[in-house]
Amino acid sequence: MLVLCEGQRQNMEVDQMQRQYLDYTKSLFLEGFLDGQFLQLQQLQDENNPDFVVEVVSLFFEDSERLLNDLTFSLEQKTIDFKKVDAHVHQLKGSSSSIGAQRVKNCCIAFRNFCEEQNIDACLSCLQQVKQEYCHVKNKLETLIRLEQQIVAAGGSIPVMEFSF
Amino acid sequence: MLLLLLLLLLLLWWCYCSVRFGLDLRSMNLGNGKGSMSTVTTTGVMKSGDVVSNQFPAGLRVLVVDDDPTCLMILEKMLRTCLYEVTKCNRAETALSLLRENKNGFDIVISDVHMPDMDGFKLLEHIGLEMDLPVIMMSADDGKSVVMKGVTHGACDYLIKPVRIEALKNIWQHVVRKKKNEWKDAEQSGSAEEGDRQPKASDEADYSSSANEGSWRNSKKRRDEEEEEAEDRDDTSTLKKPRVVWSVELHQQFVAAVDQLGIDKAVPKKILELMNVPGLTRENVASHLQKYRLYLRRLSGVSQHQNNMNNSFLGSQEATFGTISSISGIDLQTLAVAGQLPAQSLATLQAAGLGRSTAKAGVPMPIMDQRNLFSFENPRVRFGEGQQQHLSSSKPMNLLLGIPTNMEPKQLANLHQSTQSIASLNMRVNASAPQGNPLLMQMPQSQPRGQMLSENTGPRVPRLPSSLGQPNVSNGISNGFLGRNGIAGNNRGPAYNPVPPNSSLLSFPMNQSSEMSVNNSLPLGSTPGMSSITTKGSFQEEVTSGIKTSGGFPSYDIFNELHHHKSHDWEITNPGLTYSAPHHANPLQGNIDVSPSVLVHQGFSSTQQTGQSRDATLIGKSMFSVGQGSEQDNLQNAVQHLHPLLVDNSVRVKSERIPDASSQTNLFPDHYGQEDLMSALLKQQEGMGPAESEFEFDAYSLDNIPV
Repeated sequence: MLVLCEGQRQNMEVDQMQRQYLDYTKSLFLEGFLDGQFLQLQQLQDENNPDFVVEVVSLFFEDSERLLNDLTFSLEQKTIDFKKVDAHVHQLKGSSSSIGAQRVKNCCIAFRNFCEEQNIDACLSCLQQVKQEYCHVKNKLETLIRLEQQIVAAGGSIPVMEFSF
Repeated sequence: MLLLLLLLLLLLWWCYCSVRFGLDLRSMNLGNGKGSMSTVTTTGVMKSGDVVSNQFPAGLRVLVVDDDPTCLMILEKMLRTCLYEVTKCNRAETALSLLRENKNGFDIVISDVHMPDMDGFKLLEHIGLEMDLPVIMMSADDGKSVVMKGVTHGACDYLIKPVRIEALKNIWQHVVRKKKNEWKDAEQSGSAEEGDRQPKASDEADYSSSANEGSWRNSKKRRDEEEEEAEDRDDTSTLKKPRVVWSVELHQQFVAAVDQLGIDKAVPKKILELMNVPGLTRENVASHLQKYRLYLRRLSGVSQHQNNMNNSFLGSQEATFGTISSISGIDLQTLAVAGQLPAQSLATLQAAGLGRSTAKAGVPMPIMDQRNLFSFENPRVRFGEGQQQHLSSSKPMNLLLGIPTNMEPKQLANLHQSTQSIASLNMRVNASAPQGNPLLMQMPQSQPRGQMLSENTGPRVPRLPSSLGQPNVSNGISNGFLGRNGIAGNNRGPAYNPVPPNSSLLSFPMNQSSEMSVNNSLPLGSTPGMSSITTKGSFQEEVTSGIKTSGGFPSYDIFNELHHHKSHDWEITNPGLTYSAPHHANPLQGNIDVSPSVLVHQGFSSTQQTGQSRDATLIGKSMFSVGQGSEQDNLQNAVQHLHPLLVDNSVRVKSERIPDASSQTNLFPDHYGQEDLMSALLKQQEGMGPAESEFEFDAYSLDNIPV
């Protein structure tokens, strides 16, 4: 009979959580939600800034939601100011790329092209797409952060991913 | 006794180390006046000698400006990880005031390109002008035009977002490099500079005008919130190689002195005497004078751009055209007033440009300065021709040149008119009468082309000017032109000669521009550049001013040749546009792409002969663009276009006559000495291939220009 004492069980849990965390992260990368830039962010986190990733990600959420609202507003106008739209998209592209939200960034690239062409319909559909991708990546990141926090709460340390992109 | 010796040795060694590490010197210099003693101590400790070399660049004081909070936070963290001292702000205005309050408080600035309150490039100009700090631009935008714009505006580096920490680890090199250049510059700013400056001084005198001074002052005033004159004075007097900061007051004194002497006669020595500023050296004044002239030139071009070309442009054009000879500063003033922003940017550009030039070593400086001058001159020349009284003949040309390729048909018509007048002027200017005819003849031709130009030339035109801009190039160009015009190769040769104030030169630019502007389609035959000149107007000026070669045909040829070569690439054309245009760029909008190529083609077609001139032209163009780089999107476009050209061609500019252009033109004149540019141009010319006879005359391959 295998009797596990509390500590061991906890360790197993932590291990499991860590494994789960790693698998999840890997899938996000493989599916293209995140790219190497996110790894850079994770590497920047250290004892001095243990919540760095969380902070940056939260900032990204806030900023992106604001931008998406601005974009929606701009595209709802009678006369669309494409320059403004482009500026917003450009900024979203910048912040999403800085955080490693690859799919969102790619959407923005396509979006900017349509802005240049001043193709209203294409822009609107791009906006929908960007919003969707943003929601996806937001969910994923929130899940990831939750997993991290569980590991830390259980006393474990967040495993570092090693990818070569 | 021995102790004294030891102390002396130690002091020398320490000084040497400080200099080598750059930062030390700077903080030392700047530390006198204001409380930067603290920085002196901190940086001094860091940098003095080999002992601290391991620590350096830790503690590098970085200012990060980005309106994106996510990026800002990430950058801050990354920079902290690199052991830098980071200050972040999300608004350009905040950054500027931070920098102004604490001029010696930062070593390097990293700024985003797209910001809501102020364009990153504008901030870059301000910083370059006021504080002369190395600035790194960054953006999610990796388009060539934007990157090129960064280069031309004087950014020491351009990072593409997302920024990786590895990219940030090495930014300290820019600080050291800049310091090193400043130090070397100060050291060498002796005879070499003087010798070079003198001939140029007379040439450029005409470019600076009182009208510009006003705008310069205004823009400076507007920009500057605090001036630290005292510090400036202290700096100059206390240090052997001081970095003079031209505060508003100081500059005003300078401008007053120049006014008093008359822009034509304003020589550094006299200006220095009039200013009577303790600690200010003749070299400081000389370099500032150069920048000022460039600025004035740019002002005309920039104003054009800024003012939505059409209205202001036409107005100024007409005014200028109306009285070519009396273009004295009126246009510039109008432009300056109309485009306050441009003036500012011109000033900043000039400052930036000047800053750049000063950064160069003494020897290459003259060359570079010339180039910068030209680049700036184009814009200014166009408008401010009035200012350049003595280049009256060239002025008309400038006008044409200045005209952005985007000019609408109406504008083009004006251009043509002016071109014609210019052409006639050129004729006068040029010894060879026949030239005039071709010009005139070309005029009509250019007319239709002009239209085309507006459509296509945009890109093209810039190119030409840029090439003209380059001093060496201009020589070549003017030579080329002259050659084209039938002035039998008298001028061919000295592509790289500093441009003596030649009327013939003037004619070149005009020709070229007219040709160019027209879309290169103009048969450049005899006057290659008329149409192009118009488009290149700005360049032309530069060329003229810079080129002052007696016969500059070769330079023109270079353009053509280059042009031809690059017709397919034009992208190159585009790049060409970029530079010539700081002002061109604007009007050219879409055409910018075309112009550069056009210009290039023209250059090439005509030239064939003088590899050098081609190079020169190209280089000039590139120089021009580099110098100008300011205008806004237009320029950007132009730069973009030009960039490919330059990049592709990587012509090595050689200071002496190079029989054959090397294959590539190096676009970034700033980093090249004269020689490099020349060789770059030459290469480019070669690359371009012998003049394709696309054009009727000398195969200005306008056709090739991708529109």
